[in-house]
Amino acid sequence: MAVQDTSRHEPQRSSFLNDPVVRGRLYQLLTVVIVAAFVWFIADNTAANLARQNKTTGFDFFWFTSGFDIQFSLIPYSRASTYGTAFLVGILNTMLVAVIGVFFASLLGFMVGIARLSNNFIISRLALIYVETLRNVPLLLQLVFWYFAVLKSMPGVRQSFIFLDGVVLNQRGLYLPKVVTDAQFAWVWGALALSIVAIVVLQRWAHKRLEATGQRFPVFWTALGVLVVLPLVAGLISGTHLSVDLPVLKGFNYAGGIGLPPELVALCLGLIFYTATFISEIVRAGIQSVSYGQTEAAQALGLRDGDRLRLVIIPQAMRVIIPPLASQYLNLTKNSSLAIAIGYPDLVSVFMNTTLNQTGRAIEVVFITMLVYLTLSLATSSFMNWYNRRIALVER
Amino acid sequence: MNTQDLAYVRTKFEPARPAPMSNLGLVVWLRRHLFATVGDTVLTLLGIAFLVWALPNLYNFLIGDAVFAAENGDACRAANVGACWAYVWARLDFFLYGFFPADPYWKEQAGLFAEFMAQWRVNLVFFIGLALVVPLLWPSAPFKVVNAALFFIVYPVVVFYLLAGGAFGLEKVPTEKWGGLTITLIIGLVGIVTSLPLGILLALGRQSRLPAIKYLSTGFIELWRAVPLITVLFMASVMLPLFMPSGVTIDKLLSALVGIALFNSAYMAEVVRGGLQALPRGQYEAASSLGLNYWKSMFFIILPQALKHVIPGIVNTFIALFKDTSLVSIIGIFDLLKTVQSSTADLDWTAPTQAITGYIFAAAVFWIFCFSMSRYSIFMENRLHTGHKR
Repeated sequence: MAVQDTSRHEPQRSSFLNDPVVRGRLYQLLTVVIVAAFVWFIADNTAANLARQNKTTGFDFFWFTSGFDIQFSLIPYSRASTYGTAFLVGILNTMLVAVIGVFFASLLGFMVGIARLSNNFIISRLALIYVETLRNVPLLLQLVFWYFAVLKSMPGVRQSFIFLDGVVLNQRGLYLPKVVTDAQFAWVWGALALSIVAIVVLQRWAHKRLEATGQRFPVFWTALGVLVVLPLVAGLISGTHLSVDLPVLKGFNYAGGIGLPPELVALCLGLIFYTATFISEIVRAGIQSVSYGQTEAAQALGLRDGDRLRLVIIPQAMRVIIPPLASQYLNLTKNSSLAIAIGYPDLVSVFMNTTLNQTGRAIEVVFITMLVYLTLSLATSSFMNWYNRRIALVER
Repeated sequence: MNTQDLAYVRTKFEPARPAPMSNLGLVVWLRRHLFATVGDTVLTLLGIAFLVWALPNLYNFLIGDAVFAAENGDACRAANVGACWAYVWARLDFFLYGFFPADPYWKEQAGLFAEFMAQWRVNLVFFIGLALVVPLLWPSAPFKVVNAALFFIVYPVVVFYLLAGGAFGLEKVPTEKWGGLTITLIIGLVGIVTSLPLGILLALGRQSRLPAIKYLSTGFIELWRAVPLITVLFMASVMLPLFMPSGVTIDKLLSALVGIALFNSAYMAEVVRGGLQALPRGQYEAASSLGLNYWKSMFFIILPQALKHVIPGIVNTFIALFKDTSLVSIIGIFDLLKTVQSSTADLDWTAPTQAITGYIFAAAVFWIFCFSMSRYSIFMENRLHTGHKR
């Protein structure tokens, strides 16, 4: 008869070091101690180095007179202004490039992305060549190319290229006509705001009616009509007078109109053409991610072509497109810091280069510059998280 | 059962008929791909018009009217001349080697071989690199482990001694004299070799269950990803000397390398994290049920699968890194872009097309490297597409 040995062995008490929880805490403690020691080492060295070089620290330099010129500024600035103003000029210049770049890069990127999916052989191949060429060349090289090889070899002021009498391109930059408005023009702005409110109300009403009765209202055409007619009527009634300020040759340079320095033009061109290649790939991937079955399903439901795109295809493609698109916008903003290579006064060039060299406050300046970019980046990623939550697939 | 010849049943197959004309031939292809609708036709005509305008101009500029051989810039200064390739050829030494001193003996000799030998140290670096890289990337080449060890461990040491000198009877060359394509490749290679392991560690840290490690990794990654590389490079060149104990001077090239490696490791970490998150939980559980500890399960089970998933992302980061090496020109390192840019001020070759030719040359070099990297990644992706194929 088999006898089962029922006496139980006490399990061997293992060392408390083998407990995963204890080990985890030990590892964490070790990491924190190493990181803290490293940070302390750096801080100590920095303090010692600063003391040895007799450098003062602090943020008071923001109120000192800067004493340097910035050749392009959106707000009044002169060499008598403070470093704080220079900082602001830098941020505004960076944002100007970012806004122009994001707008045109999206436009071009969407066009090229759709072109790459075109059935048209020539169009899709041209788009492919454009994307594969510019995507694989460093942005800095492209900026330098646009600035030094293209814009700097433009004809001089006397031999400027002139398009349609209003757009002038020469070595000194690009000049665009400027529309000058008078005081009465405020009415037109008011009417424009009013028409936008009216359109929102109209859209809500039309949507409700569609849900209730199934009858459509031509919202788009009505909205377009309202948008044109209301401001036009306001303009006529108020008797506003518009004039166009054309750039004209005065002495050795063009004056009047909107003058864009060649640095800004080169930076925008480079950023737009480079970022558009990435945006076009994102758009292409987004559209391709919507399977053909969705198109067929929409057709089976009897949706019209426009509705099919608006209600079925685009919302699904956008879910794939928006997050990488937002990070491309962020990349464009960060890449605008390459402006320093061609002398456009952006944040990095004005603040992290000139201001840092003049004041010698390396740590403060680097800290603030990084803080600005960090804020931008965190804002973008929080927008992305919000958007992702909003459009996340609701699974069963 | 009696058999009967059924006249209406076919006894042999009908020969296949050709496809209908509406599906076949050049005309149909043209109609479908070029002239499907009115809008398509307009686009096609615009496209053809663009090509008719662009291609001859491009040909004339690059080849037709280009100056291929000239002693100095006179030929390039003539009216309506295309690219000045003679200038690129004349300054090719500078574009490849920067200010690296030429071998005194071979510099005096004439001929192509002597020119090659004048920079034998850098050329040797190129050749050893090529000889190690090709079999490493060739999937069916043998001795992968030995090859990888030679390339990643022995080769950097050899490169350092060959270029820096100061030992084995080689003349000492400070890093300020390194330049041109050499330094672009060095920065790219060091960046690639250091950022991948660092990025993997950071990604694992971010996925860790231990909060201190997780938050430290996350903070590190997000900080670097938020700022532009140029601020990192500025910081490296301005702040690193401040961070060091007094008396320690830090090489400009080294500080740029540190900046680029840290910056790209953050991007790499996010790519690898994508791969880690794509793996189903079952893989982690399977690894622990086999009794593997953390590092073993990561090394043998998780990472091979996760990295395979994200090869395109990894290669994209490599390509971005390689393109970003051009930024070191802003902090005054003479990389390929900087050598080209500074040589456009060369008075011997001043010509209307000099700058454009130089930049086209630099762009072509960068393009060849980046484009072949992306093609290789597509090739590898297809090769490693095991287990997912249906």
